[in-house]
Amino acid sequence: MALQNIWFFIWGLLWAVYFMTDGFDLGIGSLLPFVGKNDQEKRIMINSMGPLWDGNEVWLIAAGGITFAAFPTVYAVMFSSLYSALMLILFALILRGVSFEFRGKVDSPKWRTLWDTCMFLGSLIPAVLFGVAFANIFQGIPFDNEGVYHGTLFTLLNPYGLLGGVLFLLLFLEHGALWLSIKTEGELHDRSVKVANGLWPILLVVLVIFLVATRFATNLYDNYLAHPLLFVVILITVVALIGIKVFVKKQAPFKAWFSSALTIVGVTFFGVIGLFPNLFPSSLNQEYSLTAHNASSSPLTLKIMLVVVILFIPVVIGYQVWTYNLFKGKVTDEDLKYDEAY
Amino acid sequence: MDVLFLSRLQFAAATMFHFLFVPLTLGLSVLIAIMETKYVKTGDDAYLAMTKFWGKLFLINFALGIVTGITLEFQFGTNWARYSAYVGDIFGSLLAIEATVAFFLESTLIGVWVFGWKKLSKKAHATVMWLIAAAGTLSAVWILIANAWMQHPVGYTIRNGRAELTDFAAVVFQKFAVLEFFHTISAAYILSAFFVMGVSAYHILKKQHMEFFTKSFRIALIFGLIFSFFEVAEGHLHGADLADKQPAKLAAMESHWETTTYAPKYLFAYPDEENEKNVIEILPIPAWLSIMSKHHPSAEITGLKDIPRDERPPVFISFIAFNAMVALGFYFAFITLVGFLIRNKLTQYPFYLKIMVLSIPLPYIAIELGWVLAEVGRQPWIVYGLLKTSDAVSPIAASQVLTTLLAFILIYGLLGTVGFY
Ligand code: HDD
Ligand code: HEM
Ligand code: HEM
Repeated sequence: MALQNIWFFIWGLLWAVYFMTDGFDLGIGSLLPFVGKNDQEKRIMINSMGPLWDGNEVWLIAAGGITFAAFPTVYAVMFSSLYSALMLILFALILRGVSFEFRGKVDSPKWRTLWDTCMFLGSLIPAVLFGVAFANIFQGIPFDNEGVYHGTLFTLLNPYGLLGGVLFLLLFLEHGALWLSIKTEGELHDRSVKVANGLWPILLVVLVIFLVATRFATNLYDNYLAHPLLFVVILITVVALIGIKVFVKKQAPFKAWFSSALTIVGVTFFGVIGLFPNLFPSSLNQEYSLTAHNASSSPLTLKIMLVVVILFIPVVIGYQVWTYNLFKGKVTDEDLKYDEAY
Repeated sequence: MDVLFLSRLQFAAATMFHFLFVPLTLGLSVLIAIMETKYVKTGDDAYLAMTKFWGKLFLINFALGIVTGITLEFQFGTNWARYSAYVGDIFGSLLAIEATVAFFLESTLIGVWVFGWKKLSKKAHATVMWLIAAAGTLSAVWILIANAWMQHPVGYTIRNGRAELTDFAAVVFQKFAVLEFFHTISAAYILSAFFVMGVSAYHILKKQHMEFFTKSFRIALIFGLIFSFFEVAEGHLHGADLADKQPAKLAAMESHWETTTYAPKYLFAYPDEENEKNVIEILPIPAWLSIMSKHHPSAEITGLKDIPRDERPPVFISFIAFNAMVALGFYFAFITLVGFLIRNKLTQYPFYLKIMVLSIPLPYIAIELGWVLAEVGRQPWIVYGLLKTSDAVSPIAASQVLTTLLAFILIYGLLGTVGFY
């Protein structure tokens, strides 16, 4: 029992870390056509995430892998139910991933526009669809006791699902704009700050609407009402969001970015805590829902995987922090002359 | 066209495409690490140029390996949901371990290597490449353990309607996994060696940067020679192991119909699945199959006729895949040996260099054939003896799979074209 609850928590944590890390580079990709006015600026934007995006994306692989290892039934039913949405995300990530390598290989504006478009769509689509998918999970998915999904891709595009998509997109855009404000100088820097400031009130409004809509569209608040102390999570999320504004104003971009990271983790945990013990609730009948207790791996596997995670995840975090630190400086025109730059 | 067929097609296309890039990543990372280490030790800028030149080719290949790998990881859930639920307890954990211990390291450090030339000392920078090579190898270790478990499941019990882990060490250290690892990794090294030799030979023939490419050629030649010989011997052990563990695959890849002792090996044969015999059988080597698979001339080898029809893999495909792979294996050993004998006067043998340019695709073919043998030869099982492929597929609509299959073909076609260009 306890073991399964720990795994439920790790599962939520991995998704949260994924959204926090890859979130800013999905955001930058989505901002590319709007913030980068010319090729030089676009290259600076791309290079601002250059050494980091790949390591960030592995958190997705880890989140998927951990779902498979700890909750195989969830992995099976979730991914086959959300088949079309997930495939769209994967295709988008493929095009996005290769855009980094391909973009600079041929010196032609048309060629670059092609890969810039791939980078843009490849970032925008996952950002929105992850939000749509998670909001739908919060709401419940129409699948039966055999794990067969009764719906289509469009079933997911209901109002609450779409609201989730918009929320995630805004979170990632804000996160990306703040990262740019850390990594750039001059005009590009000023523009990023402006974008971050402009998006902030919209994000605030959408988050509040989402929190209210959740009351009507889902049962997430049941857990909160049963343990009112949990409302702290929502409080922290909102405070973190306000923190963004405060730190941007104080011109402390790192702190603003951390606040934004905390907001993303907070929003993810808001949902995950509300779901507990469900991982993948069925909207047809509560009894079909997959929970941490009826969908987990055997105790032996859970124990072995716990050892693996406890030993290795801190190591991973260690060298990723080292990497972030190594590349913490601003990306300048000078850096772009350097032949390894994207 | 049903979900099963389409899912198989899609999975086969996606893995085979992924495995066009994986072996070069595995091998080239080691070669580049060797080159960069030579640069650190000698301070000779030629080695730095070499590191950077091969590094560029490596990075494109690496990027394609990553993006195609991510889809694979998720396809077990999207297309093989019943499989995932049934064996996730064991198989899923192996995949998750791969991600935590290998992919993180590999993908994080690649950024450091590309962008870190000025930020790190020369020594540290070379170490990063060694770590990348190690992480790639580690990822191969875990994924091949997972695949070996599908070929020969061990360390489990059937409980709660699924396979549950009972003995982790048995899964990780089983002989099948060890053989599969060494076979695949040396296949990757052969492929990378031929890639470097072929590209170098091309430039030597064009008389461009002779010094540079002759040096590259020689490093790769030694590498290729060692592993080509190793591969032939190791492949034989792998085959002998199959005789024990998957008699149906062995019979199919040898196109062996009757159960006999002193089973011969035919140098040329051609199977006729319909009538359960070989239409052509010439040049038999008496008892050779018995000797090769069981190390004893009088050993009995099960023939396909003694395996129920619905448990036989496709004979023709398995047979061709195996024999073509073995023929190529002997060719690689032979041609690298020739190269070794003339290694100091390569420029005098343009004919040899031309052969090496034309040989670049051959290890790719051998490697894909090897996987076709391993996977198609395992059919109709997805987990040998435990779960049939037909029971493994997701409860989804055929139209969904058809759409994604077409999208895969389109996108991969595009990437393939751009990538090779
Ligand atoms: C023998 C080796 C081998 C085999 C059989 C496979 N792979 Fe692979 N894979 C690698 C060796 C590898 C690699 C060399 O480690 C790659 C290639 C490029 C890279 O970055 O890592 C990789 C990349 C790669 C990635 C991206 C990792 C990243 O972002 O760093 C994923 C998710 C997978 N693979 C998943 C799979 C799955 C689910 C497979 C089974 C069907 C599979 N691979 C077969
Ligand atoms: C990268 C190298 C690999 C290649 C080229 C490859 C190739 C193939 C091919 C050609 C098939 C189709 C066989 C058929 O349907 O007749 C197949 C099926 C399959 N393989 Fe592999 N494979 C590889 C690695 C793996 C690994 C490492 C795993 C597991 C860890 C795996 C799991 C599967 C599964 C689940 C199927 C689906 C069943 C099926 O389609 O028959 N494969 N693979
Ligand atoms: C004469 C030499 C060779 C022999 C006797 C041999 C034997 C075998 C056998 C018996 C298998 C099937 C194992 C299984 O079903 O799991 C296999 C698989 C395979 N072979 Fe070979 N092989 C040889 C050369 C090569 C070469 C030269 C390459 C590539 C460069 C290669 C690449 C592969 C791959 C990738 C697989 C699938 C992975 C695996 O099962 O290990 N082989 N080989």
